[in-house]
Formats: sequence, C-alpha cells, structure tokens
Amino acid sequence: MTATAAALHPPVVPSRSVSPAAGLRQTLSLAWRSLVQIRHNPMELLDLSIQPIMFVLLFTYVFGTAIAGSSGDYLKFMLPGIMVQNALFATMTTGFGLNTDLTKGVFDRLRSLPIARWSPLAGRILADTVKQAWSIALLLGIGMVMGFRVGNGVLGVLGAFALLLVFSLATSWISVLVGLLVSEPEKVQIFGFMVIFPLTFTSNVFVPTDKMPGWLQTWVEVNPVTIVADAVRGLLLSGPVAWPVIQSLLWAAAIVVLFVPLSLRAFTRRV
Amino acid sequence: MSYAIQADGLVKRFGATTALAGVDLAVQTGTVFGLLGPNGAGKTTAVRVLATLLRPDAGSARVGGYDVLRDAHQVRQLIGLTGQYASVDETLTGTENLLLIGRLLGLPKAAAKARARELLADFHLSDAADRATKTYSGGMRRRLDLAASLVGRPQLLFLDEPTTGLDPRSRNELWGIVRELVGTGVTVLLTTQYLDEADQLADEIAVVDHGRVIAQGAPEELKLKTGGQALTVRPADPADLGTVISIMAEVAGAEPEINQTAVTVPAIDDAVLPAAVRRLDRAQIRVAELSLRGSTLDEVFLTLTGHRAEDDNDEGTSTDDGRVSENGRHAARPERTSA
Repeated sequence: MTATAAALHPPVVPSRSVSPAAGLRQTLSLAWRSLVQIRHNPMELLDLSIQPIMFVLLFTYVFGTAIAGSSGDYLKFMLPGIMVQNALFATMTTGFGLNTDLTKGVFDRLRSLPIARWSPLAGRILADTVKQAWSIALLLGIGMVMGFRVGNGVLGVLGAFALLLVFSLATSWISVLVGLLVSEPEKVQIFGFMVIFPLTFTSNVFVPTDKMPGWLQTWVEVNPVTIVADAVRGLLLSGPVAWPVIQSLLWAAAIVVLFVPLSLRAFTRRV
Repeated sequence: MSYAIQADGLVKRFGATTALAGVDLAVQTGTVFGLLGPNGAGKTTAVRVLATLLRPDAGSARVGGYDVLRDAHQVRQLIGLTGQYASVDETLTGTENLLLIGRLLGLPKAAAKARARELLADFHLSDAADRATKTYSGGMRRRLDLAASLVGRPQLLFLDEPTTGLDPRSRNELWGIVRELVGTGVTVLLTTQYLDEADQLADEIAVVDHGRVIAQGAPEELKLKTGGQALTVRPADPADLGTVISIMAEVAGAEPEINQTAVTVPAIDDAVLPAAVRRLDRAQIRVAELSLRGSTLDEVFLTLTGHRAEDDNDEGTSTDDGRVSENGRHAARPERTSA
C-alpha cells in the first residue's frame, strides 16, 4: 500500500451540519446507486418490465372476451387499472431495498458517513419513483401497441402519470414501514403478495363492479384501488375526473398522515 | 497526551440484556487499541456507540474531541468504520461502491473516481474492480470494506472483528494493512475475539466481559497477569491421568483443565515447564504429548474472571470454537431484531 492511500488530510475543522444542497446531492448519489443496481441484478428489470407486460397480455387475451365481450374493449377497461395494480406492487421494492440495506449492513455504513440523515431514504424513494415512471410508460406503450387509445391527449396522460406517481409515493410509506418491521427482505415480498393481491383483485381493476356478488360490491366501491383506477380511467380515456382524482388524493394524504409517523417511529427504534 | 477516544460510563441496554454496563475507555491518538472479548461481551455495541450509530442509555463519549451525541456530524467526518454490520453493497462493483462513498463525502466525480482507483490498487483489487462484490472472496470483501472506510481519509478507524472468518493468509494481509495505516498516524480501535490478534496489533488492550472492562493494559502486562502460556501434558497410559493431574496442579499452582486425557495448566512463569518435566520423569510417567503454547482467550478469561468465555449469543452465532461465524451477521445485531 502506498502512503498516499492512508495519508491524513491536513487537520480541518469539521463542519457543523449538512447544507440542504449537499443533502440533495447525496440523495442523487444514493438514487444513482439504486438505479445502477439494476444493471447487476437483471431480475429486478424483469420485475419491472416483464411482469406488467405479462399481466396485460394474459388478462387481455385470456379473460378479455369472457369479461367484456372483446379483448379490445377489455384492454380499454383494464389497462388503467393494471397501471394502479402495478404501481402498488412496485412500491414493495422500496421496503425490500430498505430491508436489504438494513440486514446487510449497508445502512449502517451510510449512517456512519457525514451525510444528511434523510438522504438514504430519500435517495431510495427517488430511485423507486424513476422505476415507477418507467413501468407506467412501459404499460401505456404496450397497451398502445395492442390498440389502446388515449382520449384526453397529452394532458390526460401527464395527469395520469402524476396521479399514479403521487399515489405510489404515498403508499411506498406502507412499504417503508413493512421494510423496517420485518427481519428479512423476502418477508416484504410476502406481505406485498398477501395484501396487494387481494386488494387489487377486489377492486374494479379487472372486473366491473356490477359483475361481482352484492356483498363484495359494497367493498369494491370503497376500495381505494377502485377509486384510483377510476381516476386514471377518467384521465386516460374519458368520463368523470375531478371527483375520483380528489378522492384519490385524499386517500394518498390519509396514507401519508398515518404511515409516515409510524415509519419514522419504527425507524428510530430499529437503528 | 491527547486522546482520540474517551468514553465515560457508557451504558446500553437492549430489553433485559445489558450490553454495556458502564464502560470507560481512553485511547491515545496514533495508537491501536484492542477491545478483546467473547461473543456478547459488548464490543460491537461499544463500537456502534462510538461510531454514532447507537445512542447510549447513560454515559458520554468523545471521539476526536467531539461528543458522539451532540456533535455526531463532526464525529462522522473524522471516522471510518469497518465491521460485520457496516458493509459495502453486494450488488455494486468494487469501483461503484467506492465511487458512491467518495461522492457522498463530497468529492467531485473525477476525484472520487481517482480515489476509488487508488484504493483498489492499494488493496490489490484492481482486477476485480468491475465485478459485483457478491462474487468476491471473504478476504477480498474485507479488503474492500476496509478500503470503503478509508475513502474519506479518516483520522480514526473502527475495525469491528476485521479478521473473523478469514483464512490465515488473508488475516496476515489485513494485519499488514492495519500496521501501515497506523504508520501514517491513524488511530485504530479494533475489536477481536483472538488474543493473538490483539497481541499482534494493539498497543493497549481492554478485555471486556458482560459489558464491563475487566482488565486493561499493554499486551505484555496482560499476558503476565493472565499467564501468557499454557502447558499441556498427555500421558501415554490413561491410567496415569490421576498422577499427572496432581503433579500439574502442584507445579502450576492452579486447577488443571482436563480434556479427555490431556491435562492443561497455565504456565505463568518459565519454571513451570522444567518442573513439570522433572516431576513427570521422577514419577516414571511416559508422556505422549507435551506442549507449550500461548493462552487462548478462554484461558485468559478463566484467569481473569474465574469463568469461561461464555456465549451469550447476543453478538453472533458461534461455531464450536466459540468464534463468530461469517453467517452470524444477521444474528449479530440483537438490537435490531428485538426492536
């Protein structure tokens, strides 16, 4: 080893705190790290890309005609909803990644560095938002190749993107909480499967509410997934927009109000 | 005399477990300080408190003159941390890991890249620089962990069990690196379960048990105090075992330890070996094995505490010889699983 590797800096007076600009730069570096991981872990890309495409293809061509009379009509009905489902599943990557960092010791290495305390979490959430945007764009793209047509132009598409990102940002706090509470990353995935699967299938994402048994309809109508799916349908196709969007944002706000404090409490307990 | 680390009465509890029961430490600048103890002694907890990762329940500590609670951000600018729990990202390459840390420490991109290259070369990792670190061997991984803690050129380095689980060659290599670092003026706080590691590297050793410092001093002083060596005698005829036990107890002035037919006593002064040989010869006992070796941590503990180095299993899963296994990483952090 050469002396240069270890030679000390001339004594400097350490700074007292991290500036917000430095915190932001650190957040970007950590987001970069989460995205670079994809290059070394192609499975993640598979999760992000193949799974949504497979869902769209299978549902459209297997169930489409049975549920909506034709696969084209069904695609129109289902694509906005499957975007919501996919966004919810994708939030689990936040908790999964967080838990991996905690159990593997990466988080402690980061915490021993003079960086903004919030940057590791912010970096992860930022990277996951980029991944979300990728998945949404991919779903819309594949849908359009299959014959899906937007009804409200570019503004509608941007609105749908924005709403999906806001909603998934909010729900990623549930994922953060789970990631902080469980002992290993796989348990985050199990949670996602156990909760998100039933939640999205008991909404109007795949089947119109009136085709379900009466007792289930009551739940389907209040299920937040139904509400967000309706809002995205309104934005991408046509139909009522304002009320479903407002309701969706209220749900997002409620989730944030409940889960951010819970997550922060779990965070201080765990580290 | 200036102290790089000063700790007063550190206490940390995890539920019903007391990990630190009032630890005082004083580490002189530019020296290597060894924290020696078995699993669950509180070594890792002490390092985590000093590295600002854990808040103590009571007591205070200053690192590089800064309070670990009040001035945590300043402390973090002075320290480097390498431990089983402070790790690199397995999914990134060696270069990417070091680059990330350089960027987080505020180095411009080109400087962070240059620093990563320089460290990888110094730690003989240039060939593996662009491979994901999950493909690294144990020794390579530790070298990268150490390199990662040096990106910011710390004045103070915490090494938590840096060689646990490494083969002898990798261990020697790591020792060499630590010595070089100390040569450049870095202060090192090292935790270990190996007496010879502390002996090899540390200027001063504190032996910890159940969250307390039970002995402290230069390695030579400790070895004098605890019986630096152990004498083992195994009679060729097991029928002689009783006689051997009584001879050994007498010459060593200590209760022998019996493992099947091998009888071991601490050899505190150099008269024990010749005395034992004379007495065995006079008793006409044929000896199958006679060996003198350095004390193990177990024996040091037996002498210091009167009990064996127990496994409280709160710092790691242990293998048969009482050492932390590599896969004990998860269990190594009770404070998190129980939280």
